[in-house]
Amino acid sequence: MAKLDAPQIVTSRVGLDDGYTLSRYLTTGGYESLRKALGMTPAAVAEEVDAASLLGRGGAGFPAGRKWSMLKKDPVTYLVVNGDESEPATFKDRLLMERDPHQLVEGIVISAWALQVTRAFIFVRGEFALGLERVLTAVNDAYAHGALGRDIFGSGFSLDVVVHPGAGAYISGDETALLESLEGKRGFPRIKPPFYPAVIGLYGQPTVVNNVETLSNVPWIVANGGRAFAALGKGRSTGTRLFALSGRVRRPGVYELEMVHNTFRDLIYDPALGGGTTDDVAIKAVIPGGASSPWFGPDLLDVPLGQDEVTEHGSMLGSGSVIVLGTNDCSVRAAWRLTKFFQRESCGQCTPCREGAGWLERILHRIETGGGRIEDIDLLLDVCDNIAPGLSWPPQQTTICPLGPSIPQPIVSAISLCKDEFLAHVEHGGCTYG
Amino acid sequence: MADADGAPVSFTLDGRTVTGRPGEMVIAAAERAGTYIPRFCYHPRMAPVGVCRMCLVEIDSPRGATLQPACFVPVADGMGVVTTSDKVKKAQDGVLEFLLVNHPLDCPVCDKGGECPLQDQTLAHGPGDTRFLEEKRHFAKPIALSDLVLLDRERCIQCSRCTRFAAEVAGEAEIDFAGRGELVEVAVFPTEPFTSHFSGNTVQICPVGALTATPYRFTARPWDLDQVESTCTTCSVGCRVAVQSSADRITRLLGVDSEPINHGWLCDKGRFAYEATNGQEPDEPSLPLTSPRRRVTVPLVRRDGELVEVSWGVAIGAAADAIRRASASTPDGVGAIGGAALTNEAQYQWARLLKGVVRTDNVDAQLGDGLDPVLVAGLPRATIEDAASARTVLLMAGDLHDELPVLFLRLRQAAMAKSTVLVELAATSTRLSRSCHASLRVRPGDAPDVVDALLGDEEAARRLATNPEGASFDAVQLDRAREALSPDGEGVVVVVGRPNVAESGLVVEAAIRRLARALPRARFLVGLRRANVAGAIDLGLVPGLLPGRVRRDAARAWFEQRWGGAPTNDGRDAIAQLRALADGSQTCVVLLGCDPLADAVDPALAEAALVRASDVVVVTGHGGPALSHASVVLPASVAHERDGSTTNLEGRVLRLGQKLAAPGQAWPDTDIAAELIAALGGGDVETDVALLTDEIADACATHAGITTGVLRGADDGSVIGRGAAAPRGALDPMAFPGVQSPGLDGLRSPAGAVGLPVDPTATSGAPSALGTSDVLGVAESFATPPHDAYSLRLVAVRRLYDRGAAVEASPSLHALVETASLRANPYDLDRIGAPDGVDVRIRSSRTVAVLRAVADPSVIKGTVCIGLNLDAPGVADRVAARFIDPDQLVTEVRMESL
Amino acid sequence: MNHLLPEYRHRAEEIVALYPRPRSATLPLCHLAQEQDGYLTADAMVEIAELTETTPAEVRGTASFYDLFHLEPVGTYVVGVCTNIACLLAGGLELLAHAERSLGVAVGETTAEGTFTLEECECLGDCEVAPCVQVNSRFVRTTTPDAFDSLIERLRTDVPDEIPRFGLLSRVRRSVGLMVPPEVVASERARLAAAASSDQATH
Repeated sequence: MAKLDAPQIVTSRVGLDDGYTLSRYLTTGGYESLRKALGMTPAAVAEEVDAASLLGRGGAGFPAGRKWSMLKKDPVTYLVVNGDESEPATFKDRLLMERDPHQLVEGIVISAWALQVTRAFIFVRGEFALGLERVLTAVNDAYAHGALGRDIFGSGFSLDVVVHPGAGAYISGDETALLESLEGKRGFPRIKPPFYPAVIGLYGQPTVVNNVETLSNVPWIVANGGRAFAALGKGRSTGTRLFALSGRVRRPGVYELEMVHNTFRDLIYDPALGGGTTDDVAIKAVIPGGASSPWFGPDLLDVPLGQDEVTEHGSMLGSGSVIVLGTNDCSVRAAWRLTKFFQRESCGQCTPCREGAGWLERILHRIETGGGRIEDIDLLLDVCDNIAPGLSWPPQQTTICPLGPSIPQPIVSAISLCKDEFLAHVEHGGCTYG
Repeated sequence: MADADGAPVSFTLDGRTVTGRPGEMVIAAAERAGTYIPRFCYHPRMAPVGVCRMCLVEIDSPRGATLQPACFVPVADGMGVVTTSDKVKKAQDGVLEFLLVNHPLDCPVCDKGGECPLQDQTLAHGPGDTRFLEEKRHFAKPIALSDLVLLDRERCIQCSRCTRFAAEVAGEAEIDFAGRGELVEVAVFPTEPFTSHFSGNTVQICPVGALTATPYRFTARPWDLDQVESTCTTCSVGCRVAVQSSADRITRLLGVDSEPINHGWLCDKGRFAYEATNGQEPDEPSLPLTSPRRRVTVPLVRRDGELVEVSWGVAIGAAADAIRRASASTPDGVGAIGGAALTNEAQYQWARLLKGVVRTDNVDAQLGDGLDPVLVAGLPRATIEDAASARTVLLMAGDLHDELPVLFLRLRQAAMAKSTVLVELAATSTRLSRSCHASLRVRPGDAPDVVDALLGDEEAARRLATNPEGASFDAVQLDRAREALSPDGEGVVVVVGRPNVAESGLVVEAAIRRLARALPRARFLVGLRRANVAGAIDLGLVPGLLPGRVRRDAARAWFEQRWGGAPTNDGRDAIAQLRALADGSQTCVVLLGCDPLADAVDPALAEAALVRASDVVVVTGHGGPALSHASVVLPASVAHERDGSTTNLEGRVLRLGQKLAAPGQAWPDTDIAAELIAALGGGDVETDVALLTDEIADACATHAGITTGVLRGADDGSVIGRGAAAPRGALDPMAFPGVQSPGLDGLRSPAGAVGLPVDPTATSGAPSALGTSDVLGVAESFATPPHDAYSLRLVAVRRLYDRGAAVEASPSLHALVETASLRANPYDLDRIGAPDGVDVRIRSSRTVAVLRAVADPSVIKGTVCIGLNLDAPGVADRVAARFIDPDQLVTEVRMESL
Repeated sequence: MNHLLPEYRHRAEEIVALYPRPRSATLPLCHLAQEQDGYLTADAMVEIAELTETTPAEVRGTASFYDLFHLEPVGTYVVGVCTNIACLLAGGLELLAHAERSLGVAVGETTAEGTFTLEECECLGDCEVAPCVQVNSRFVRTTTPDAFDSLIERLRTDVPDEIPRFGLLSRVRRSVGLMVPPEVVASERARLAAAASSDQATH
């Protein structure tokens, strides 16, 4: 069964009513890691994070230590925190911002010290009004406490943190679109090259962009050492991770689990976790890592919750959101709704994504509502192929950013796992699930 | 826009080994190697963005060959590029299909139909039918982005060429994308239309029919258009254009990409002023002769107070009689004003008539708004390219955005690229101020002192910085400006003009002389605005000079030999001629395509002059107020009806292409002048334009080698004396829609451009042109006019759309002319207790008027700024000029609250 | 004449000062303008353009990209019902249909008296309480038709503390300006200003 003995690295205060306040934070060891870090050299702090082998928790899973080491030397550099969590069924960063914002702030200050940047921005998703207020309060209190601003804790190190409200656009969560948004522009992802914001980022200056959960791990790593973190998990997937579980489960929610040592089945069925499916319905499919990830059939429930492990099975751990579809859920409708999401959230820059998403959405809607033709299934796949040639995994793309090749994933998954449902829709003139 | 430096890069293109330039994108290198990769968003004159995805090709990468946009990947040594594989074909077909799913099928009623890259692509590669069963996107269509540009959002393919042009090239994001995803649309802000002076370029570069220009809309089908390559003569920049016509009317001008000049761009005035050539619409009632839109098509002679139609012979005879009468006792009884709108060949022919046959030096192509032609002729010259690649450009030329718009684009681009530092001397902020490294404010009359301060005169700097009427600049700006200048002027290009017509040209000339003396290695780009004023100066259509930029006395013998005569004394400039006409010491004036009543700095003087003159011979293609005073009217061909050449502000000689035959009985000026020469006993002279070009090359050291043959062979139709013919720049095949390969129908191929040797020493023995030392040697007598604490100084600035002839005769542009208002520093408005936006009274020794006051902190204190050639409703035509006394160094005015 | 009232104008200038380049303040200033006016007015966008050194077309272009900015008047309460995957599985579409009936408006519309605007949302990140409903970016956790109706009833009659009127995104304001040494900030701005124009030319 599930292995639940790992420490709560980022969720230790989530259960507390006042875990978000400075006073509670201080009585639970808060800002001690920062004091410790300021007593170390920046390089030594960076080494601990590197030793932790902390993979980015935003979706791409790029090692944070390596990202930091790529930051180009320049008199003006920035740290940008990505709190624009918008991947469907992902709600772990919101939890951290609402329940333990000081942990995030502390992680930011430590990281800024390690990176020697003097300005950081926290981009908070606009729909998270409470999260925004909690983070702003934490930043205000941290300034008052001396943990932010000039000469932090007497160390001589100074840092300003600006909390930047987003305004509702999924694509701003893309690293480069986030920077565009922060520059006051439309959230159009930037074309590559340049490949890394660490070289050319905000205002063209070298910039590290890290996810909220990623940085929330930093205080623990400094307190306990990178090796202690790396001892958890297995292979490249070290430490713990937050998994947001939703869909046909009894106990949806966010669970912090040690990486790799648990499986999808553990997460869904363990009584301390998902507690099984609603009404004990059989599982039709699991979407293992957000809307952009190919679906798993019930045969893959025993795949471990680890980055490489999921990739080996043709999908991705992504943002750590796990959505469970039961046999009573319509896969056509699920694919249609996810496609509609991409249609609404496409930035509109690249032709295949802008036009393709809308076209696919209209075909799927037609099938779902009874206007489907048998040839629409091949049409769907061919239009998908024009967005992500070859329909392989990891996908090839004809667009600037990964949103394009994400569009085909739910469609191709639904057709390959549940083609009979599509045929039934065509045959019966619409959805049979009511 | 590849960097030409560095070794060529060798790569594989569909199995062949080809070379590219370092930094060049695959799409451009492939095109030069003969492989056209389809594209919509890529434009060679703008930074690539890689959004349309049409140019996806397979390019090697560490992960194997992947689909990448050819417009965004620079060529690299050993790179493998495949453009023909099944994978590439499927990707490109897929993109094309995506573009079409929401594109309306209104090609039959679309202006772009027949020259549409999307249509062409679809025809060549598209599927026969659609797989898209759903309803297409719908928008209300079209919507007006401005008076000139309409947007059909259904046709838009979101390539962002137009929005990028606005932000990146023109520097004014009046249009931008709005919305997200499939609802992204091009939009203006609801209360702020797309008033850019460059808006027409967005229509030209739109790869579909989304943006259309109101003057062209529904006037022709592309396959009916016939075109020639020519040069825009709306101002002196000399943009290269393709002139298109249908059914004997000009329908459209398109910018042609000329590397040294316009990079394919045009200003809207240049683009749409062709309406003047067309004149009134065929179904329109006849317009009066005083209307600039009226084309003059028959010779007229005044009999019993009325202008009546006569034969050419009668008209030539009448004109010759008038000239003979007036010059009977002295050639000074005759003079000519105008000629800056003529071709080089016509200017030469008129110079020959006036200076060689009549032997008067009273000849002036400038109308009191220019600079001393002798000084201009002798300054060390710079090209546009020199300015755009200079270390520092010093601007003393008014607001180039209004005066010489495409030069503005080139200099702005140079400043944006950080290759050039701009330093500006101006009475008020200009559209280049934001791009300037330093911007020094200069009051009328102070320019020579400011130049002194700039050159290190601390006393002048102190005086100007502490001027009680308003500090010209602060120490920071002065330091920044000084640090941008090198000690000897090396790497410095000075752009000069007449930034303020209410200030005597003597002021700027003194400033120029001081700069030229102190910075011997600095070079000058003379930004006089009139189309071929540079040709007029080069070819002697100004007082004191003879063709070849030579002094009258120095070249007299040479031209007496060639022409049989030359003036014996220096003549009057335009203002002096008007004064002489008004006082009776000159009795006849020939107006060469100009109208002093509409275009001189002193309209009252012009009125008095034409009323008093015994004979006013008007040579023109257009009507105008001066025709009320004409005794003889000789109808001439106008722009797009003439062959030959023109000279731009660089001194570059540019080919003109004749697109239409002149209407009615109108003749080219070269023929009119030749007939008059014959009638006045000057014998038969050459009238073949091509041979006239050759004659100029023979007669003028400045034009040595610039023969018809060389000009016709010049790849982009331009030759500059001291350099080589420039190669045409990267071409945007979609600029000439319907053409997929670089070969242009009706235009010369851009391939095979070669350097063109023009050897200035290979001359016929013509006298050498004036040099710097010839014009700077004179002792200077300029004295700064003292300030009067009670008066303000007038700054009369040019606006692109004013009541000048080109705009007056072009209905689409005429609608854009603003009314005159007055801009003043809030300090000066406060002093008279007038808030922003109220009417104030303004008076000079000449006149008084009431104008709307606009508070503008960028206007230096102690001045007021009024647009030239604009009307104030209910007050006066061309109100600014009425304040100006051309005898004064500066125009002092008083401002009062009502 | 400023459109932003003095207090808002003052806050706007404080916000601009937080960023290395003024344009970065575009999103926060649009939020601020909505806080004043209840939606993003044309006059406000003109003033934001001035404050951010951009054009009104650019401000509008940016604002219209983001769902939270409304260029037309909206209700005091903008009610969002999520129908994305987790909520879809929990009956989000059905709850949205109920909301339309209950409020008497279609998605995107505002009730006649101007109290409610109904929106269909993408995932709002409260999937454990699906289907998810937000009012003015605040989670209200009303997953059933009945709960929805009582919420609407309460909002009609009451002025709840926890849900400010639309536009006021954060009731917490930043308490301090930039604290790192001014010379550091000044040199940063100078460097970026020098780089600004060339950057503009490329993107």
